[in-house]
Amino acid sequence: MKVEQISIFLENRPGGLEQVTRILKDAGINIRTLSLADTTDFGILRMIVNDVEATSRVLKENGFRASRTNVVAVEVPDRPGGLHGILAVLSGSGINVEYMYAFVERSGQNAVMIFRFDAPDKAIETLQQNGLTVLSGEKLYAS
Amino acid sequence: MIYNEEYETLPREVLEVLQLKRLKQAVQRVYHTVGFYRHSFDQAGVQPDDLKTLDDLKRFPFTTKQNLRDNYPFGMFAVPMSSVVSLHASSGTTGRSTVVGYTKRDIDTWSELMARSFVAAGLTKNDIIHNAYGYGLFTGGLGAHYGAVRLGASVIPMSGGNTKRQIMILQDFGPTAICCTPSYALNLAEQGKAMGVDMRSLKLRVGVFGAEPWSEKMRQEIENAFGITALNIFGLSEIMGPGVAMECIEGRHGMHVFEDHFLVETINPDTGEILPPGEVGELVFTTITKEAFPLIRYRTRDISRLIPEPCRCGRTFLRMDRVTGRSDDMLIIRGVNVFPSQIEAVLLAIPGVEPHYQLIVDRTGNLDTIEIQVEVGEQVFANADEVKVLQNMERQIVKDIKDYLGVSAKVKLVEPMTLQRFEGKASRVLDKRQI
Repeated sequence: MKVEQISIFLENRPGGLEQVTRILKDAGINIRTLSLADTTDFGILRMIVNDVEATSRVLKENGFRASRTNVVAVEVPDRPGGLHGILAVLSGSGINVEYMYAFVERSGQNAVMIFRFDAPDKAIETLQQNGLTVLSGEKLYAS
Repeated sequence: MIYNEEYETLPREVLEVLQLKRLKQAVQRVYHTVGFYRHSFDQAGVQPDDLKTLDDLKRFPFTTKQNLRDNYPFGMFAVPMSSVVSLHASSGTTGRSTVVGYTKRDIDTWSELMARSFVAAGLTKNDIIHNAYGYGLFTGGLGAHYGAVRLGASVIPMSGGNTKRQIMILQDFGPTAICCTPSYALNLAEQGKAMGVDMRSLKLRVGVFGAEPWSEKMRQEIENAFGITALNIFGLSEIMGPGVAMECIEGRHGMHVFEDHFLVETINPDTGEILPPGEVGELVFTTITKEAFPLIRYRTRDISRLIPEPCRCGRTFLRMDRVTGRSDDMLIIRGVNVFPSQIEAVLLAIPGVEPHYQLIVDRTGNLDTIEIQVEVGEQVFANADEVKVLQNMERQIVKDIKDYLGVSAKVKLVEPMTLQRFEGKASRVLDKRQI
């Protein structure tokens, strides 16, 4: 049930991000969602795309340091306390969230959050046991 | 003023007799006590007895930094450790640093030469000397300390860093002289100004500055900032430490080499050919009284020229001009000697760091800065896409560089394939400093 995400190392310089989006545009790749973590010197761009293989390949061909990471997509009830309910379940099981960001599209009535956990398999199991919906990669890449 | 009038003003012909006598003893001693010298003299087909005149020194082979490294740590010592009373070392990872030793008599000589240097700067036993050279394995702090004690002056063993406290002590203790690197002097002036201290109203009247190249322009800046006379001192740990040569306050032009203890030559760094006095070349020193760590024709890689004309101060010793550069790639960062190869060794010992890097040396305000640009390796990024992993790697590099080389560096991770690739000799250093 894990989702593959592409991460790219980017120096903090003008035009860095534009170069990535141009490469993906030229390769006909659709970015489903993205998030940018930044420090003073560098950033890490994380993306869910419609074609992980092709994205990884074209980025590497263009000299980018790109890696594939497993993340977990979880449906979050779109109401007050929705996210809290998920985090409460995770924290109760001692699972650590490394980072998270929102998916752009909704799944039915629910929002979708992307999580990176220190123990993804255990997280998925815990979430499902608690009646939460974990979305598959195929659903996200293509929807 | 002259500390040791008898020796410092010896007529040249008498000095040369003394030098020859001491040099003969020195080459005999190293040949019989240091395996390296026996081998290198034999290989060059020259024996200690071949030295009949001072001019014969040129038949003897050079000693290089690499020779010292190859004999790390104590292979170049000419006395057993029981006779060594003190050790100093250049910064560096194991096998890349240079360890020097001193006998009791060597420390005695060093103390005298530093005392001579302070007197050449116009200091007496009534002066208070603020010593902001680093104490420790670096020779600067203790060398200046020994000299101040020998002179009978009052020394404040301040060491480097802690700038605000230094300024407080400069105000409260009222030292009349200061010694440190010239760039640190400017840094002190700047900090003092920021703290609202009038640095010109301090009791300081003289500064003895060295351990890094500087210019006449910097001399003027320092003199204006503190209202002092700034003088240049030269030394290197391999030969002794500070006090190999010192500028006199009377001449303020070139540093007198203490020729009753060291012989100096200038050579063409490419051919090794000896240059006539006055021509710019690489300085080569021979120690003629050192017991623990004697060196014959040591190539310093420092570029300068000798000034053969007599000086108005009355000293008969040759002067050497400011060091204007290096004939190798050694960098001097805030007084600390660093070779790019040492930085590379530190980098490559850190998991995930690839051998593509660039060093950018600059001067911000009055302090040297060094930035190490490192390409992010495939391995480190494949294993984790988290900011903290990369930041930990950055911190590890900063810490290891500081621990091994004693230099505070800034690390910048850059994208792969963005740093220049080299075929043949790599030039990974960009020195933007304008001194």
